This record gives sequence, structure tokens and C-alpha cells, in this order.
Amino acid sequence: MANHTIAHNVYVPFLEKKGILSWILSTDHKRIGIMYLISISFFFLVAGVFALLLRYELLTPASDFVQPHTYNVLFTLHGSIMVFFFIVPGLAASFGNFLIPLMIGAPDVAFPKLNLGSYWIYLLGTVIVLIALAKPADTGWTFYTPYSATTDTDVVLITFGVFVLGFSSILTGLNFIVTIHKMRAPGMTWHRLPLFIWASYATAVLQLLATPVVGITLLLLITERTLGVGFFDPAKGGDPVLFQNFFWFYSHPAVYIMIIPAMGVISEIIPVFARKPIFGYKAIAYSSLGIAFISFLVWAHHMFTSGISDLAATIFSFLTFLVAIPTAIKVFNWTATLYKGSIHLHSAMLYALAFVFLFTIGGLTGLFLGALAADIHLHDTYFVVAHMHYVMIGGTVMGFFGALHFWYPKWFGRMFNETVAKIAWFLIFIGFNVTFFPQFFMGIQGMPRRYATYPAEFESLMALSTYGSWILGLGIFIMTINLIAGLINGEKAPQNPYGSLSLEWQVPSPPPLENFEEIPHVTDWTYGYGKKK
Amino acid sequence: MTWIPEVASNLASKVDGLLILITLLSLVFFILITVVLVYFAIKYRRKREDEETPYITGNEPLEIIWTVIPSILLIILFVYGYVVFKDMRTPPEDALEVTVEGKQWLWTFDYYNGKKTINELYVQHNRPVRLVMEAPDVLHSFFVPAFRVKQDLVPGRYTQLWFTPTKIGTFDIFCAEYCGTGHSAMLGKVIVLSPEAYEIWEKGVKADEGAGVASLPPAELGEKIYKEKGCNACHSVDGSVLVGPSFKGIFGHAAVMQDGSSVNVDENYIKQSIIEPQAHVVKGFQPVMPSFKGILSDEEVTALVAYIKTLK
Ligand code: HEC
Ligand SMILES: [Cu+2]
Ligand SMILES: [Cu+2]
Repeated sequence: MANHTIAHNVYVPFLEKKGILSWILSTDHKRIGIMYLISISFFFLVAGVFALLLRYELLTPASDFVQPHTYNVLFTLHGSIMVFFFIVPGLAASFGNFLIPLMIGAPDVAFPKLNLGSYWIYLLGTVIVLIALAKPADTGWTFYTPYSATTDTDVVLITFGVFVLGFSSILTGLNFIVTIHKMRAPGMTWHRLPLFIWASYATAVLQLLATPVVGITLLLLITERTLGVGFFDPAKGGDPVLFQNFFWFYSHPAVYIMIIPAMGVISEIIPVFARKPIFGYKAIAYSSLGIAFISFLVWAHHMFTSGISDLAATIFSFLTFLVAIPTAIKVFNWTATLYKGSIHLHSAMLYALAFVFLFTIGGLTGLFLGALAADIHLHDTYFVVAHMHYVMIGGTVMGFFGALHFWYPKWFGRMFNETVAKIAWFLIFIGFNVTFFPQFFMGIQGMPRRYATYPAEFESLMALSTYGSWILGLGIFIMTINLIAGLINGEKAPQNPYGSLSLEWQVPSPPPLENFEEIPHVTDWTYGYGKKK
Repeated sequence: MTWIPEVASNLASKVDGLLILITLLSLVFFILITVVLVYFAIKYRRKREDEETPYITGNEPLEIIWTVIPSILLIILFVYGYVVFKDMRTPPEDALEVTVEGKQWLWTFDYYNGKKTINELYVQHNRPVRLVMEAPDVLHSFFVPAFRVKQDLVPGRYTQLWFTPTKIGTFDIFCAEYCGTGHSAMLGKVIVLSPEAYEIWEKGVKADEGAGVASLPPAELGEKIYKEKGCNACHSVDGSVLVGPSFKGIFGHAAVMQDGSSVNVDENYIKQSIIEPQAHVVKGFQPVMPSFKGILSDEEVTALVAYIKTLK
């Protein structure tokens, strides 16, 4: 796709320099990407352990492993760490950082120092939250008032930590927007951009516009707790539902901050391993923006039972169905890309296919929750738990694992063991479904979420779900070991092992310090697979 | 257990109609995507490294079809959901009103005739009921799966919910909105009585009790009250600590209070703890126990005392 030459005599891989300072003071987007990758993976594993613990408690109806309060703390930590420390920064901060300059043909992001600053702010936020673990909150990751305003656990510190994290998110978003506007290589027009870039762009816009709202909300909660101002306290003229409005005004778009980058990843993996152009490029590109826009207008679908007006509920239900359309279109496009392809089931491709399959289930079960009367029954039950995990694990985490396996050779210049990767994929796929599929049934039966103890009739499904979590945990464990082992003794990776046409594969693995010897001149789009010369 | 829960209200079958329609549509799309995905993945497996692939970038008619058809289906689902929802939100004029208070971690029901019950809502078969709900402390949510109704209780405002029970029997009430330590113990029952039984209950005698209960030995009656009046939301009998101290082995031993003093747990102490819980607050616990003054009769308190005595 691009005519450029690489002068091998001066190749210095970006990983060359050693020493801690060369990392923590590095403004190289690839190194910052690695630091994010390590941090978010660490928090993913920690929050995953919390998940295993709380599923273990749910093996039997009584609270016999931990007390109810401890259980409540566990699900709060699991949820808030997963959401705020792993999945929100997630793909955008790690792979976004690594890939955006490489894919658009730039030497770095627009503001490299700001980029490092964002990482430090992220780290500061995590430290604050770690301190808050001395008396961990028991509010759930949603911090709903009035409970969060009255519980005697440490809500202020953990919300302050999340508040600080928000700045990291905003600054990263800003940085990426400017980078994508200003730093594209000559000839890299908007409609030639890889779809991961479109996805990152849509995500960055969401980060920039939505994150300030959650920041303000958490600040209001902190003033309520420390200064006794009654924004959400009816006794002082406030309103608890106001908190929910504020919270979801951010957190619904945040759902798309979490999923859109994964959609971008899938749109990169599938064409390469099918050797086909992505089907319906513009539809996918613009539907990312469309989803980002509509996602600002659907927040109250989390609140159909909260006492909002019937009119509001109706409007929000309608808008929610609107979001389903661009999402469905993407699924059709990915599937159609496979048609007449030359499909290689590499582990990254397996994750991409698992994404399409699981995300379809996540999306379809969303219809139940968008339809007003059905949501009344299913809201706050395990149905919602299952739905959101199908979207977040089935979607985002599959995308994340896919990205890890796909760009691993490029990033680290080594290969992992592909057979072990496939075994891990299989365990993860089975374990995930065994864990979460039964939860749809529990939810329809009426099993409420966030229950430390539960009625005996749910025992067999609950136990099944717990066994599933063990398989899932084992799969993730094997995957982690395999990827770490590859770093130590993996084979050297070639420049372009899968025959991709995207720019990042046209530089050595790992890429040199400034990415490109010479800024490439782009003459065609990224997806010219099978195009006759 | 079938995949859809028991149908016990007028609204339940309407909601189920919607649930079944969405399930069927979802299955169609799910099977379609899965079959195509798996078929393509197998049929077009790479056999040789240098395989040629066609250059297909899109297909406009196809893309229009798969935008328009789902859009139409989605509008249908939206309208269906809305129509049933409208029903749920429009109580009939003649519905009987019951006031519900949800408080950490008990349900209290106040009836038109001055009766008050805890964790048990008595309603009459085929007679519409409207619940007017309030919460003095934090959010709760009143949820009866068999009726397919759910509504949050929000401090500072009244919320409402209605249904017509169409089946005689006892149905679970769950608190569906997280409300703290005792959330999963904030359970209750809706008891749907036949018109005759309901009339007897209205007059004062509990329909399901009658003569049988009066003749229960005190400790057994105490155990029944312990479960039905929600003591079990906060107190265990096996030694585990919930919101309040466990009842196991407390009788005859000294309890340490918040101010450091120590009180011997005897009949009077237990009685006072139930009627005036804030008089003594046990060390290490919050003063959150509600007073049962006016809710439990003297005999019932005595029965509870007898029951707690048996928990060695
Ligand atoms: C909302 C939770 C809650 C409910 C419901 C509740 N209690 Fe309590 N109870 C507590 C707490 C907390 C304490 C400890 C603080 C205190 O002494 O007030 C307590 C203390 C007690 C004590 C003193 C125990 C001791 O070890 O000294 C007794 C006796 C008692 N409750 C009986 C009952 C009975 C009987 C019921 C049901 C009719 C009941 N409670 C319902 C929360 C509850
Ligand atoms: Cu949402
Ligand atoms: Cu609750």
C-alpha cells in the first residue's frame, strides 16, 4: 500500500534502551503503551481474583465463605477496578497509544509529554484507590446515593481516585484527537484510515466530552459526604435520582468507550486472516461515530424503575433501540467479510470470531432490556449481569485478548506458542459461557443481583456458574503464562508474519524508536486484500 | 423449573408475550449469524498459502436490506414494550391501596383499616392492589418475579406500582436495588388469599393461622416469627454475624454495650431490645434495629424470648 524504504543499517528497536528511568521518563508512545498495558493487565488480574472469590461465595446459598458485608466489598472492588482501572483506559490507552502513530504513519502522538503525564495521572489515581482499600467501600461500582452518602466505609477516597483517573482519560482523548487530525502521513486520507483509527477517534471524542460529567458527579458526592451539602439528599432539598442521571450520563457513553476500540480491533484482525477487504468500510467507520453520538442520549435506560416519568422512559427506550441498529450493521459486516476469504484460524482470529459470536448474544439480550415492560422485570437481576458480561468480556475482553495475540509479534519482536494459545482460547471460550449463560436464566427467574445469599432454588445454576468461573480463570492463567513465556524465550518475530497491508507491519518488529525511517507516502487504503495490481 | 417463572398476576402474561417475542427474534438472528459464521470459517479455510481472494468491498442492496429489516423489527419491539409498560403504569381507579415502607432491611405494609404487617403483604385474589411506596433511608426496589413488577423506592418521594393477583398462593418479594449489608436478606412474601380467607384476615385473625398457631408451643411460634417478621435479615442463629449479633448462645451470657458497660442477656433485656432497640446498643454494631413496638404483640415477644433461649 505504501512506497517507503527502511534503511536497515540504522535500525534501533524502541525496546533497546534498558533501565527504569528509560521507561518512566520515556515519552515514546510505544513505551507508554507498554506501561499502560502492564498496569491494566495487573488490575485485570486483581479484579479477576475478586470475581473468583465472590463466585466462590455464591457456590452455596448461605454466606458461609465470607460475611455479607465482605461479599458487598468484593463486588464493589471487582466492579470498580474492572471498570475504572482496566476496561475504560483499556484498549484505548494501551493499544491506542502503541498503534495510532504507527497506523497513521507518524513518529509519535501530537503531545508526547502530555501523554506521559496522562500515564502518571493514571498511576496517581490507582495509588489513591489502593490507599482507600484500607476501609474498602461497599457501594457497588455505581456509587448510588443515598447509600454511598451514608455508609461508613471509605467512599470519599475511592471516588477521589476515580476522579483523578478521569483527567488521564480526558487528556489521552484530547491527545489522540489532535494526533489523528494533524499527524496523518501524506496521502493517508480519512477514508484510507484503518478502522481501528476511526474507532479510537470516536472513543477519544467520548472520553473528552463525557468524562468531565462523571468527574463533577463524584466531586458532588464527595462534597456531600465531607461538607454535608445535600445535592442528593431529599431532607436538604436534593434528589437521589439526580445522582443516577449524572452517573449514567457518563457511564452509558463509557460503555462505548469500552467497546468501540474492541470493535476497531476486530475490524483489523478479520480482514488480515480472511485476506479480504473489510466489508462495508464506510458503514463501520461512520457507525462508530453514530454510536458515539447516540450513546449520549440513552442514559436513562438504566433507570426505567427509578421513578423517572413515563414519557422519559418511553423516549429513552426508543433511543436505545436506535443504538442497536449501527451495532447490528457492524456484526453483519464482519461476518460478510469472511465470504470467499482465505481464512486462517490463528489464535487472534479465534478471539475475533469469539467476539462476533459472544457480542451478538450480548447485543441481542440488550433488546430485552431496551423494551420497557421486559426491562421492568429483568432490571437489577442476573439477566443484566449476564448481558453486561457478554458485552464486556464477550466483547471488549475478547477484543483485548485478540489484540494481544495479534500485535504481540510487532510490539515485542517475539512469538508466543500458538498451540498453547489455542488451548487457552478454548478454555476461556467454554469457561466464559458456562459462567454467564446460566445467569440469563436466573435473571428471567427473578434472581436479583448483588445478593450475598440467595434462595435455594437457584443453587444448581449458581454452582454451574461458579464452576465455569474456574475454567475461565484457568484459561486466562494459561494465556498469561504463555504470553509471558514468549517474551522470555519466544522465537524472533518477522516484520510481517500475517501478510497485513497496514502501515505498522511495514516496519521491523519491534518498531524502531521513531517508527519510520522516512515518513511513508500513502497511496491506497489499508484493506486492499485481493486487489489486482 | 421452566425458563419463564410462574405467572401469578394480570401483568405477568402480557410481559411474557413480549419476552417470548424478543426471544424468538433473537434466536432467529443468533442462529443466522452463528450458522453463517461457522459455515464461512469452515468452507473458506485457507488450504494453500498463495490462495487468491476476490476483492469485494461491499454490496449496497445487501447493506440496505440488513439495515431496514432490523430497524422495522426494532420498532415493533419498542411499541410492544411501550404498550405493556403503559398498562403497568396505569392502575385502575378501584384498586385497593396499601402503603409500603422499605427500610434497611424490612418491608412494612400499612393497610386501609389500620392493620400493619411486616414482610408479608396480604392481598385478595383477583382484586387490583396499588402500592404507594416510600423509603426513609436509602434506595430499595420492590420486586415480585411471579407478578413481573418492580419499582424502586426513593427517599424523598412516593413511587407506586400495581397488580391484580390472579393466583392464590405465596410469592417471593425481593429487594432488587442494592441497599447495604442486609440487602439479600430483605425478603418478603405476597400472600394471595381467596375472598373468604381475605375477609377473615381483614377482621383480625390471620387466615393462614387460625387455631393452629395459638396452640404452637412458644419456642416454635418464636421461630416462626423470627423468620416471618424479618429478624433473620439481621440476626443469624448459627453464630455468623450479619447486620446484628447472632442469637446463638447469647441467653444467660453478658453482652458488652457500646459504652463499655456489660448487660446480662435475660428475658427483660431481650424484650427491651425488641421494643426499644436503641436503649442498649451492642458494641461493634450500628444502631439500626427497627423498633417492633406496636407490631409484635406481648405473646409474640414472649415467644421470641422462648425461642432465643433454646439457641444454645
Ligand atoms: C435491620 C436489622 C435488624 C432487624 C430486622 C432486627 N434486628 Fe435485632 N439488632 C440489630 C442490630 C444491629 C443489633 C445490635 C445493636 C443494638 O443492640 O441495637 C440488634 C440487637 C438485638 C438484640 C440484642 C442482641 C445481643 O446480643 O445483645 C436482640 C435480642 C434483638 N436484636 C432481637 C431482634 C428480634 C427479635 C428481631 C425481629 C423481631 C430483630 N432483632 C430484628 C438489627 C436488627
Ligand atoms: Cu447504558
Ligand atoms: Cu436492597
